[in-house]
Amino acid sequence: MSDMDEMDDGSGIVKKFMFLNRKAPHGTVYALEGLEVVLITAAFDQDVSMVFTDDGVYQLMKGIDSKGIEVKDFSKTYRALEGYDIEKLYVDQKSMDARGLTEEDLIVDVTVLSVDEMANLMAEQDVVISF
Amino acid sequence: MLHIVNKSATERGALESCLAMATKGSAVLLIEDAVYAVTNGSTAAAKIQAAAADLKIYALGPDLAARGMAGRVLDGVNVVDYGGFVDLVAEHSNCQSWL
Repeated sequence: MSDMDEMDDGSGIVKKFMFLNRKAPHGTVYALEGLEVVLITAAFDQDVSMVFTDDGVYQLMKGIDSKGIEVKDFSKTYRALEGYDIEKLYVDQKSMDARGLTEEDLIVDVTVLSVDEMANLMAEQDVVISF
Repeated sequence: MLHIVNKSATERGALESCLAMATKGSAVLLIEDAVYAVTNGSTAAAKIQAAAADLKIYALGPDLAARGMAGRVLDGVNVVDYGGFVDLVAEHSNCQSWL
């Protein structure tokens, strides 16, 4: 494929996208909006990593019941990400520790990274999108 | 006086400011993202437990449940529903929301 063809339709170009989630669910709309953008991105066959740090780790809590505050419970959608070939889910060890959480508390399987590992992962991305 | 906090203690300083200003015997109600502060293992838990000696600490149950935190509430924290929220506002002569 020539350079010209690539510019015409963009097919075959795969970039490394990181979606960085740092907000708790419900209190702001960031968590839900971020999840929706990730699902849209999945349609473009990109190399997607989803990262949860700071209060973002709270998004993955098991046992969420949001009926009482009359908002949508989107936590189960994280379990559907695998079906969209989004399988790289990372959480920050330090953020988990500061909140008394372990992998057992989370609704999906994740890879737990140290701050250094997280920093390296971020540095190697083509695009970082933050919510 | 009733103090109301709705921001996460690990993201903003609202809870800390509130606890510094709340006088003995005051009530502090945590709602929305502030409820994470009254969960076991959170960095704010020690501050809440120290404050509970002089203050009455409340947390809104529906906000805890919506965050998967209903089963992780610290001892000494009173969990209230929306009716309890209304009662707290009615019982106190004034209130301050730490937005």
